[in-house]
Amino acid sequence: MARKSTTQQVVISTIGAWLFGFLIFFPILWMVLASFKTELEAFAIPPSFLFFHWTTENYATVQERSDYFLHAMNSVIIAGGSTLIALLIAIPAAWSMAFSPTKRTKDILLWMLSTKMMPPVGVLVPIYLIYKTFGLLDSRIGLVFILCLGNLPIVVWMLFTYFKEIPRDILEAARMDGATIGRELIYVLTPMAIPGLASTMLLNLILAWNEAFWTLNLSTSNAAPLTTFIASYSSPEGLFWAKLSAASTLAIAPILVLGWFSQKQLVRGLTFGAVK
Amino acid sequence: MGQITLQDVQKSFGPVHIIKGADLDIADGSFVVFVGPSGCGKTTLLRLIAGLEDVSGGKILIDGKNVVDTPPAKRGLSMVFQSYALYPHMSVRGNIGFGLKMAGLPKDEINRKVEAAAATLNLTPYLDRKPRELSGGQRQRVAIGRAIVREPKGFLFDEPLSNLDAALRVQMRIEVTRLQKQLGTTAIYVTHDQVEAMTMADKIVVLNAGKIEQYGSPLELYEKPANLFVAGFIGSPKMNFVTGELAAQQGATTIGVRPEHLRIERDGGGWQGTIAVAEHLGSDTFLYVDAGPLGMLTARYIGELSLHAGDHVSLLPDPARIHRFDERGNALRG
Repeated sequence: MARKSTTQQVVISTIGAWLFGFLIFFPILWMVLASFKTELEAFAIPPSFLFFHWTTENYATVQERSDYFLHAMNSVIIAGGSTLIALLIAIPAAWSMAFSPTKRTKDILLWMLSTKMMPPVGVLVPIYLIYKTFGLLDSRIGLVFILCLGNLPIVVWMLFTYFKEIPRDILEAARMDGATIGRELIYVLTPMAIPGLASTMLLNLILAWNEAFWTLNLSTSNAAPLTTFIASYSSPEGLFWAKLSAASTLAIAPILVLGWFSQKQLVRGLTFGAVK
Repeated sequence: MGQITLQDVQKSFGPVHIIKGADLDIADGSFVVFVGPSGCGKTTLLRLIAGLEDVSGGKILIDGKNVVDTPPAKRGLSMVFQSYALYPHMSVRGNIGFGLKMAGLPKDEINRKVEAAAATLNLTPYLDRKPRELSGGQRQRVAIGRAIVREPKGFLFDEPLSNLDAALRVQMRIEVTRLQKQLGTTAIYVTHDQVEAMTMADKIVVLNAGKIEQYGSPLELYEKPANLFVAGFIGSPKMNFVTGELAAQQGATTIGVRPEHLRIERDGGGWQGTIAVAEHLGSDTFLYVDAGPLGMLTARYIGELSLHAGDHVSLLPDPARIHRFDERGNALRG
């Protein structure tokens, strides 16, 4: 029997949901609002919510002081590159673990995840020294490499769970139909795994885009992505709330737009109807 | 042609023996059903024939050629899965034609064959739909279409009807049987439902704990069960078993009588008992009788019989229809 709810319950839960959603969204909204204030208004107490002098001068200043597009391009290369390489390594790894598991598959997966339990700062000094020796400091390749390694366990785990959900019967049907492993991957597995691949890719992009520990420590100017660009506004000269907000808004805008438009890809349901 | 022969086929998963040496001869064009309780190895045996599992020992011959090292697609068999296993991202046309595409057939030939198969199965209006837009019965038909379009030497069915509701199951049962007769292709069908086995099969293989208990026509199994297991498994309601002195009088350890071979009388000379439950179906009456030292006995009467719980009855077994078994459970003949 379907659950019935009264109008009152619907109204209350709707209001509750909107309040909760607003609460979560508020910091981002506040940051965007602050980016349109003057520095004085930005930290005025009591703060003004909407009725202040709207200005875009912060954006102009930010662009003038540091090259947004250079940093944005670095972010795109670092996030995109590390995601692409991680996927290329993780797809075959997850595929083999999902479809021909051994006794140790679970252990391997846990061991991979365990690398995420260590605080990155624990290996900062050795990594820094290695990077220095090989001339990888402040280079895009160096950052692509470290972010790729950092996110690889999560990518493998996500793909593994998606692949696991693909019914074995369908792959066996393909084998009965005469598909080789290569054709099985191209015609059957990949199309069915697209929603999973897309959401894994998106999540990894967001993680890599926002990663601040390694990017701040291993880059200064040439390879510096948007995280470094934001950090430069909490400088020794003092905090500039409005400019910091403008820089942050600029930094998150691309990934926010990307996330918004790929919402549909994140909702899975393609496999529905294949089995049963 | 599609003659399938198994010679001492064995399968173990580690130390566990799933199939303990199966010998079987399946004639070209016949409909053979593997039946048995869950976990008896019937699906494993089917998968061994399909090539989805590798044998641990023995030979599988298709038309005289040993295929144990041949990949599934090259064995010339096609399979219908319990879960249908349709490709969710392909249309019905794509699903049915996938095997032909993999075989490298030209496009117009694929289309012609797919359309012919769809017409046989009344799927023509749905050719461009995706599996998720079809009902359970239609999905099942697509799965069958995918199997017939390749014109295989044999069909392998793995409990294909168990996800359908009762009415549709009966209808599909008839359709599958008719289709198999019409095409004349050898078919192996796995089910745990003995009614399905009895109604569809030319020959039934009864499996239990990885062993073939008996191989024969449905009526052979019903009339001459080789052992206690087959006697108890085939027939509904189950055969009654009686041990002890009554069996010893017949020179057996256990005797068995089917519920329909017990004559029911209000008072007479047979086995005495009290009705515990009486089921009136109109066409049949089933009596569950507490027969004291003989245990619970089931009796079947064709038609309506106005007896009720608590009534005293006597049950007279038809002497020609008493099955006798020795201490190892094997049937005694003669």
